[in-house]
Amino acid sequence: MFSLIRSMWLVFLHMFHKRETYQYPEEKAPLPARWRGRIALTRDPDGGERCVGCYLCAAACPVDCISLQATEDPDGRRYPAFFRINFSRCIFCGFCEEACPTYAIQLLPDFEMAEYNRQNLVYEKEHLLINSQGKYPGYNYYKVAGMAIGGKDKGEANQEEPPVDIKSLLP
Amino acid sequence: MQATAINYWWVIGGVLFTLLNTAAGLIWLERRMLALWQDRYGPNRAGPFGLFIVLADTLKLFFKEDWIPPFADKVVFVFAPAIVVASVLMSFTVIPFAPNILVADLNIGLLFFLAMSSLGVYSIVLGGWASNNKYALLGAMRGASQMISYEVFMGLALMGVVLLSGSFNLREIVEAQKGMWNIVPQFLGFVIFLIAGVAETHRLPFDIPEAESELVAGFHAEYSGMKFGMFFIGEYLGVTLVSAMVVALYFGGWMGPAFLPGVVWFILKTFVFISLFILMRAAMPRPRYDQLMEYGWKVLFPLSLLNLLVTAAIILIMKEA
Repeated sequence: MFSLIRSMWLVFLHMFHKRETYQYPEEKAPLPARWRGRIALTRDPDGGERCVGCYLCAAACPVDCISLQATEDPDGRRYPAFFRINFSRCIFCGFCEEACPTYAIQLLPDFEMAEYNRQNLVYEKEHLLINSQGKYPGYNYYKVAGMAIGGKDKGEANQEEPPVDIKSLLP
Repeated sequence: MQATAINYWWVIGGVLFTLLNTAAGLIWLERRMLALWQDRYGPNRAGPFGLFIVLADTLKLFFKEDWIPPFADKVVFVFAPAIVVASVLMSFTVIPFAPNILVADLNIGLLFFLAMSSLGVYSIVLGGWASNNKYALLGAMRGASQMISYEVFMGLALMGVVLLSGSFNLREIVEAQKGMWNIVPQFLGFVIFLIAGVAETHRLPFDIPEAESELVAGFHAEYSGMKFGMFFIGEYLGVTLVSAMVVALYFGGWMGPAFLPGVVWFILKTFVFISLFILMRAAMPRPRYDQLMEYGWKVLFPLSLLNLLVTAAIILIMKEA
């Protein structure tokens, strides 16, 4: 009985507490930097696409809402011909971001993507690509990978030694 | 009948109008108060302070599909929600809001109130029965047993007041409190009546029939649209009724310092008790069903008998002296 009275009194005292509501449309709640919201494809520091079309994100996706098709440009860089995410299926689990080997696909702290038409929730590549490096500034996949593309041969990447000449006996 | 300065029909119309608007306004009030005690804002967008939320709710209830289940007992199903509102509104006829504002100056006002609140059981039982599904029936059964058992000592708790004032007439009961409000000599009775009243109106912490975690929604699981709205309004009217009764019986009705008219005092006191109801809702956990019944029969019932006994004894001793 006493505890009931006490709890009523304590609840009554809440009248004088500060209210914790964010008046949403005018006042946005602060989202942490790692908040998993809208998905975006990021770019290199020099403006090239990071995505190399390896399909790992589509394989990791638990609801299969990512579909893409990889192609190569004349330089030998792979990039997705189309990249489609159906956000009406997406559950924002971030597995695609974890699976991505080139930090291309990233989840950003933004959730305001409601639509009146379900078809508008299917984002194509032009909606997904952003002119930003996202959460990993300065990272350039082709600068650290040992792959030969136009303008960069094998062994020219960062922290990479030139390939061993297998025709010579010298160490 | 006493000479009323105000035309009779004006009183009836005014009381009805005020009550129905109060019941609707309580929806807003309750949401705002709960928000206040839970560090939130509650409805604050629609109109000033979110007052239009009531209008929006009402419109929504009117435009919702009023679906009657094909397996329901149609006549009883439609009839049940009306009984709550009707019985509660009938009870309001005997409440004296001010010396000259009361609908019926019945000599048996208290008994009438108890009888009408007993009739409220019918709506719950019939609603649950006519819905023809097991959850609704279970909810109705619980609600009915709760109401009936709590009504027993609700009446007994009120007998102390009747002993003190020597009348069942509510106006005379209020006038008998000129010297001292009944809350002082009848504190135990007041507490018991308050608890019984909360149980009577199915408010938290005694909202067992609507235990949405166990039963779908209790006795009104199959109701929709304005029929559900009737149950809803009935509940809020019941809250208002019990608050008004507490004020009339224990807190001196319209009595108060003369710088405000009597009606205003009555409304203010009633509002305080409505707020107390909402505070209870914000603060208390819901007891288990068997605990509820045990508490009623094994604790409150003997207490109310004891209260009656002691009150009667003291009155006799005072008469001797």
